[in-house]
Amino acid sequence: MSDPESFRSEVRDWLEANCPPEMRQPVRDEEDVYWGGRNASFKNDAQKAWFEACRDKGYTVPEWPKEYGGAGLTPAEGKILRQEMARIGARPPLSSFGIWMLGPALLHFGTEGQKQRFLNEIARGEIRWCQGYSEPGSGSDLVSMQTYGEDKGDHWIVNGQKIWTSYADEADWIFCLVRTDKENKYQGITFMLFDMANDGVSTKPIKLISGNSPFCETFMDDVKVPKSYGEDIPGYVGEINRGWDVAKYLLGHEREMISATGGGDRASSLGAATSRQGELDPVLRAEMAMFDVDALSFTAMSEKFMDELKVNKGHPAQPNMLKYAGTELNKRRHELLMAAGGSRALEWESEETSGGKTARGWLRTKANSIEGGTSEVMLNVISKRILDLPGA
Amino acid sequence: MPLYHDEDQAMLAETAEQFMAEQGGIQKQLRHWRDRNCKDGFGHELWKQFAEMGFTGILVGEDHGGLDMGHVEAGIVLEEIGRNLTPSPFLSSSVLAATALQHGSDDVKTRWLPDMVAGEKVYAVAIDEGPKHRPERIACKAEKSGNGFRLSGKKDFVVYGASAEMIVVAARTSGSDSDEDGVTLFAVPQDASGMSHDSVRLVDSSMASHITFDGVELDGDAVIGEVDGGRAVLNAMLTAGRVGAAAEGVGVARGAMDMTVDYLKQRKQFGRLIGEFQALQHRAAHLYSEVEIARAVTIKAAQLLDGGSEKAELMASVAKAKVAKAAGLAVREGVQMHGGIGMTDEYDIGLYMKRDRALQEFLGDQYYHANRVAELSGY
Repeated sequence: MSDPESFRSEVRDWLEANCPPEMRQPVRDEEDVYWGGRNASFKNDAQKAWFEACRDKGYTVPEWPKEYGGAGLTPAEGKILRQEMARIGARPPLSSFGIWMLGPALLHFGTEGQKQRFLNEIARGEIRWCQGYSEPGSGSDLVSMQTYGEDKGDHWIVNGQKIWTSYADEADWIFCLVRTDKENKYQGITFMLFDMANDGVSTKPIKLISGNSPFCETFMDDVKVPKSYGEDIPGYVGEINRGWDVAKYLLGHEREMISATGGGDRASSLGAATSRQGELDPVLRAEMAMFDVDALSFTAMSEKFMDELKVNKGHPAQPNMLKYAGTELNKRRHELLMAAGGSRALEWESEETSGGKTARGWLRTKANSIEGGTSEVMLNVISKRILDLPGA
Repeated sequence: MPLYHDEDQAMLAETAEQFMAEQGGIQKQLRHWRDRNCKDGFGHELWKQFAEMGFTGILVGEDHGGLDMGHVEAGIVLEEIGRNLTPSPFLSSSVLAATALQHGSDDVKTRWLPDMVAGEKVYAVAIDEGPKHRPERIACKAEKSGNGFRLSGKKDFVVYGASAEMIVVAARTSGSDSDEDGVTLFAVPQDASGMSHDSVRLVDSSMASHITFDGVELDGDAVIGEVDGGRAVLNAMLTAGRVGAAAEGVGVARGAMDMTVDYLKQRKQFGRLIGEFQALQHRAAHLYSEVEIARAVTIKAAQLLDGGSEKAELMASVAKAKVAKAAGLAVREGVQMHGGIGMTDEYDIGLYMKRDRALQEFLGDQYYHANRVAELSGY
């Protein structure tokens, strides 16, 4: 790696030259997030310029190798870049389940051909992916899933239904768990990749208690999924019937990702932010103070976890703990935001509240401890894998 | 700096873990001295061994025989002290008093530090003036008298005060009780006339003094740092002590948790190991999370302190409060999950509960520190 301080100043200069002022404002709503994909459009020129600058520099996925669209940064350099972006409040140039989930799976399990094609598409924001895991009858007990792919030689015919597929109605491709052996529970699932434009794929948004619809039901009705997309590009990740290994690996990543958002904007004090809007009742102030203690402590835990990850320290099941603690913390944060906001925070559609942002945000967080493994499942995993408790 | 122990620190942790388990264990130290009703409440022999290991001088510069290490290293030793409930004057002498003395003149350092590093003397600190920690208010008075000062007033919760060869006392040399300025720190020798101890045994079997200063005459060279400018030294001492107390608390929490998790794997009821019951598994897993988080923020606070960060004071309070919450949970869950035997003196889990209680109060409890986090954050 280059000398850290010279790398830092290099990054600083680059950000100064390339990150437009508008992109240094906090993300206010969904339109501020750029997801890429075939149908993507930019909200404004600043968003476009920022994305393109990062794309060309490899900064949409800074730590991926250069040949796959990244910048090939070392973990230490990646940390410096994140710190410098955080320092100026730079928004992520590209958000994507491809970056967070499929990418790590391909980096770990993918063939060279898959990496060349799919990782580059992800890094360049060309293809927007969604994840097909849960089914109506298979939530926490994911491995009981029934969506079935019948082997037809060079392809499968897939039938079934997925649920909680994030932004499936806007996604281009899906990475999807499909049962390919009904006799074998764990070793009978294949991690397939296919185009959402294929015949037989349909989606239906689910309206949540927040009034928003980030999730869909996804239906597969005789969908033809090829076993290969060309030389060295299988239509599945890992081995056929061993998709559960990939899914488990990815769940670890998903838990890290969700836990990383725990506590929200943890750099700033919740009590300080809310007290600027009006005096806090003394007992609420005390709750805020206790929350800040927990949030600042959790920030240190996340930092420790990330630092240990880079050198392969720490318990491999640790992400479950972070996911549990981070999401419970985030729910608490939003309960306190509602309490501080009073009747104003109840408003659902007013302009003053940007369309009920506080209330909708509060309701959204209730999913945090359900999606990607419920808090109860996390506690089960901690009991079994970390504490080694019997029969868990 | 990555937020974990580097190689040298990991080695120290291994050494400290082994040493404390062998020499500082509950049978050998805490129960031994408690059951003999020892008036010191700790073993001087062990203090000597601490010196041989280099622990006593961890925060002391090499000029005075120390190792010139940092608060991360002191925390490593304290975590092992906490796990083993080892009674020792380490926190008072080698962290609090040592930090104050480092701010003193060369004469002050030379007079006091080498003997402490050698394990020949132990020191205490006298800060509190009431049952709760309120260092913002210092009423104990030191008035000019000839070339020195005359000290009068009362101090409470002076841990191991009766055994200490010297006590660092925070006193008021000008202004009124709650003034920021006008505080001075003094190194008061054990034999100072006019100082009387009422030494009492606390719930955790440690000893602490109520001290009365009745016109104690002090030389000018008893002053640590600047006259009237002692607040900065006091704050530095408090921050160091709080991070240290947090580290010891992490050890107490881990000790209690490990003991409890082991018990869940041994105790059978209804024909099953009680650790098979999900009701207990989830509580144990939640406890694990809290203790891990508390440990992370404690190391973070120590690193910030070692790095001279302006955030160290805030994070010291965050760590002290978080550890208090986590360790309190650990000992309460520990006693409850042990069931009836958790209430017996024979089992050690209750000793963890007692030590935690004393540590909670030392240098400010979770309520004091949460409030301080709010104040330092601007609300």
